[in-house]
Amino acid sequence: MSVDSPLLELRNITKRFPGVVALKSVDLVVERGDVHVLLGENGAGKSSLVKLLAGMQQADEGELFFEGAPYQPRTPLDAFRRGIRVVHQELNLMPNLSVAENLLFEHLPRHNGFVDYPALYRRASALLAEVGLDLAPQTRVDRLGIAQMQLVEIARALCYESKLLVLDEPTATLTPREIARLFGIIKQLQAKGVTFIYISHRLNEIYEIGNRVTVLRNGQHVATRPIAELSLNEIVQMMVGRAIHEEHAFHPEVALGAEILRVTGLQRTAHDPAVSFMLRSGEILGIAGLVGSGRTENMRAIFGADRRVAGQIAVDGTPVEIRTPHDAVRHGLGLLTEDRKHQGLLLDLPLAINITLTDLNKISRFGLLRSETEAREATALVQSVQIKTPSLRQIPRNLSGGNQQKVVIAKWLFRGSRVLIFDEPTRGIDVGARREIYELLWTLAAQGKGLIVVSSDLSELLSICHRMLVFSKGTIVGELERADFDQERILALAYQEYLRP
Amino acid sequence: MTHPSEPRPAAPASTRWQRTVYFLIQDLGIAFALLLITLVFALSAPYFATSGNFLKIFVQIAINTVLAAGMTFVILIGGIDLSVGSVLALSTVVGALIMTNPALPVGLAIPLATLACMGVGALCGFINGYVAERWKVPSFIVTLGMLNIASGAARVISKNSTITGLPKSFTDFGTLIIGGVIPTIFLIAIGIIFIGWIILRFTVFGRFIVAIGTNEEAVRLSGHNPRTYKIAAFMLSGLMAGVGGMVYLLRLNVGSPIAGSGYELNAIAAVIIGGTSLSGGKGSIIGTLIGACILQVLNTGLQLLGVGDNFKPIVIGMVVVFAVIIDTYRERYLRTLELR
Repeated sequence: MSVDSPLLELRNITKRFPGVVALKSVDLVVERGDVHVLLGENGAGKSSLVKLLAGMQQADEGELFFEGAPYQPRTPLDAFRRGIRVVHQELNLMPNLSVAENLLFEHLPRHNGFVDYPALYRRASALLAEVGLDLAPQTRVDRLGIAQMQLVEIARALCYESKLLVLDEPTATLTPREIARLFGIIKQLQAKGVTFIYISHRLNEIYEIGNRVTVLRNGQHVATRPIAELSLNEIVQMMVGRAIHEEHAFHPEVALGAEILRVTGLQRTAHDPAVSFMLRSGEILGIAGLVGSGRTENMRAIFGADRRVAGQIAVDGTPVEIRTPHDAVRHGLGLLTEDRKHQGLLLDLPLAINITLTDLNKISRFGLLRSETEAREATALVQSVQIKTPSLRQIPRNLSGGNQQKVVIAKWLFRGSRVLIFDEPTRGIDVGARREIYELLWTLAAQGKGLIVVSSDLSELLSICHRMLVFSKGTIVGELERADFDQERILALAYQEYLRP
Repeated sequence: MTHPSEPRPAAPASTRWQRTVYFLIQDLGIAFALLLITLVFALSAPYFATSGNFLKIFVQIAINTVLAAGMTFVILIGGIDLSVGSVLALSTVVGALIMTNPALPVGLAIPLATLACMGVGALCGFINGYVAERWKVPSFIVTLGMLNIASGAARVISKNSTITGLPKSFTDFGTLIIGGVIPTIFLIAIGIIFIGWIILRFTVFGRFIVAIGTNEEAVRLSGHNPRTYKIAAFMLSGLMAGVGGMVYLLRLNVGSPIAGSGYELNAIAAVIIGGTSLSGGKGSIIGTLIGACILQVLNTGLQLLGVGDNFKPIVIGMVVVFAVIIDTYRERYLRTLELR
């Protein structure tokens, strides 16, 4: 182990998930004492990389070296032991315990086998002071606001002698004052020799804190450079890249019909900005924006899956009352969630049951199921959306991602829904099957249905949509017709609200 | 210009033979276990393989089968009903009081008592389901509360005494044995299992029960209101506790506030041994019937073998746990078969 070996080195790291390659032979070097900024669009592979470092997942190929020695964490504990701590984007606090207990959970001060509470609270107070949190250490964590929880999580990472701290979007919920304090702490620790990997969507803050920057794109390493050498524009360009995705021929011949859905002044909570837009029959409307920018949340609110405090919805120009998914479905809406397995499918029940779930009246009489009608209807749909399955008895669990998505589509076609809201329609689906899903979307649009497609894959939206809305921090910041589609402009819009100081 | 990826070669549909094997393991595996246990006792325990003994088993099995049939619905939606034993007690008290009321002619009292038993049960079940769904209280807690409430109510109504003197025509019907081996109360139990099977297999309601147990959120997002069906499942369980009370009156001819104590655990055990998963979505009512049979056969068999009353529960307890362990292996094996 030589002193001049870098702190962390990734060689040729590949990580696959069913249907997708999250990391493709990534090489990365993190120097000692750096604040190394990791950038990339949604799905570029940042989270997968963090999970590998934290020992939550293992690489399929390649090697990791930490302080010059091989590093193969199998569990988060392995990572802690080597001096690597990760502050995850999703908070991992125990809500029913006090702040102090959360901070020092792994090292509760003990006295004769009992927890030494006075000592615990003293040490916790000191840690809280360090991150500038004015909190009683006895406070239960579930009483805290989200920003406070974030700071507690950071303080927890600080209380151990760490060599490498990975911060995944630590500032997402913080106010400028808290951010300034966090940066102060990072610089202090940096001076003591701690190295940081810093992930953020807020591009303006990385100049303030970072030394070096690495850009990932589609699971591949694009570049690692000193941050001072790069302009914001150059960074964005590297993140977007030239469209390396396969171009999908757009089918423009569809004549758009009349307005089919109009949303006016939709607000999920009183603090959220109002969202308004309309959709025409035969149209594919893309919704772009970063994860957490309100895309999914607003779509769920329209569908009645989550609460909203304000907003009118009109179908075919007629105002309708939508409070629950039941209302939405009755008025011809269908929601295809991102999480197909947990929200869309009955994974262990046969295909036929999945497909007919949206409208059991159609296959029953006096409450009794008519299995022949069900089999006939389901078969027709399996053929029309081309689900590759040996039989209707197959369960979705055994199907590929693309075929699972087709089952969900078939479900809504069975119901005869006219407005279909797709959330990440091709997530976890391989390239070939994606093409088939796109064909299916075009066919549905040609039949006069209105389609809304939420996607983190910008090239996907660019190739399949007629029109695009861009969300940034809960607001619709832009609306672009197909003729005006432009990657950089859309990305700039998506970041717009986050760049405001 | 694009090259669609090679389509995955679709595996052939499963053959009739594969499906039969699957069905045997999934639905009849537990029946083999029952057969095996019965065979062992028939060979080892004196008097076990006599028609008199089987008759006894049929009689003893009836109440638990009825309760377990209702319990199956609740467990299928991922809930539990701990109140069935004391709801049964409450309904025996109510039923017995009506039947022993001198002001009522027998011809009216009996059907009235039957309706009252079922009504009391269904009402308790409805309250269980409504409270659990309306305020999102775990059914374990709600039904634990109902266990105490119904038991207390039974004591209040009966003034804490057993009620005897049921009409003779009623008790005669209860002890009737059709064809020398089939007691009427066993026939009632079988009838209920059959109806339950029809409901789960062929009705929209049954389809919802299974779908909700598998993935409630998916059902909700498909445009349905799972709450209604879940409350109905609890109502059904309560209704069966009421019917169980009626069967109790037929068999023991007394209404008692301390009837049915501990019955809920036997019912749950029968459902679990029958292969219904506590996390919901998976299970069958035929399995429940077989589970109830296994419990009773063990009970009787061990008794005939001279295992003392103190040891019996130890053995039965182990069998319940063992059954669940076996079940996890069975599930895993069925996965590998991958029926298409």
